[in-house]
Amino acid sequence: MARFAAGARVRARAADPDGHTRLPRYARGHVGEVLEVRATWSLPDAAVRGISRPEPVYAVRFSAAELWGSGAHSVILDMWESYLEEAS
Amino acid sequence: MSGGHAELPVAARVRELEERLIAAGLITDAEVDEILTEVFASAAPVNGARMVARAWTDPAYHDRLLADGNAAAAELGFGPGSQGYLLKVVENTESVHNVIVCTLCSCYPTALLGPSPSWYKSFAYRSRVVREPRAVLAEFGLELPEDTEIRVWDANSETRYLVLPLRPEAADDKDEEALISLVSRNGLIGTAAC
Repeated sequence: MARFAAGARVRARAADPDGHTRLPRYARGHVGEVLEVRATWSLPDAAVRGISRPEPVYAVRFSAAELWGSGAHSVILDMWESYLEEAS
Repeated sequence: MSGGHAELPVAARVRELEERLIAAGLITDAEVDEILTEVFASAAPVNGARMVARAWTDPAYHDRLLADGNAAAAELGFGPGSQGYLLKVVENTESVHNVIVCTLCSCYPTALLGPSPSWYKSFAYRSRVVREPRAVLAEFGLELPEDTEIRVWDANSETRYLVLPLRPEAADDKDEEALISLVSRNGLIGTAAC
């Protein structure tokens, strides 16, 4: 069951993980909006250690102003559920 | 392909890795050959261009392409093959321009776009296009109107993107075969209008 719905405001986790991750550094700590649930895919951070951990993956849109402090464009990233927390 | 690649340090690493994977029984020579044949024999930007040309001429296909990229590719005999990914087609409009990147490595729908150009894998493109896409696109010769909204799609997951360019006005009376020749690889990535 997906925790976030389209339109939800979410924050990418700021922590710097020890190992492999597909959460790009430039998005860490930033707030975006869920566009849709993409699919359920195995979390790469766990898969790289031989552990299968399927999770919902969300397309999340971040504004350039949020990511970089300036700019009018947006950047869309796929986020595994454990990369995200609710943004208040 | 230039003759120098086989001498690069990365080539030695790839050979070593391949030998170890084969020795460990994880892959076979035949499987590697099969994948490479598939990638280099059938993968070409003309495949993506055909999907675009069909979408420009067939409104029902256009809708299916946006709803389910994998199924729409399969309809024309294309697919991600052994790579396996979710194909998401993003449509340019009068007010929105899309461009794709993989900031983590160089992910890209090879079956539909052919082997990726070297600039797509460069640190400069990957780091700059998410930060200042308008400037990067201008360097490709694509000057967008000030009020065009730019969306940058980072293929950091199992999703692969294909841009559906705006149908050029010059394309008005052309059939599908003629339209295919109007679509470039850069147009499918979003670094050209079409």
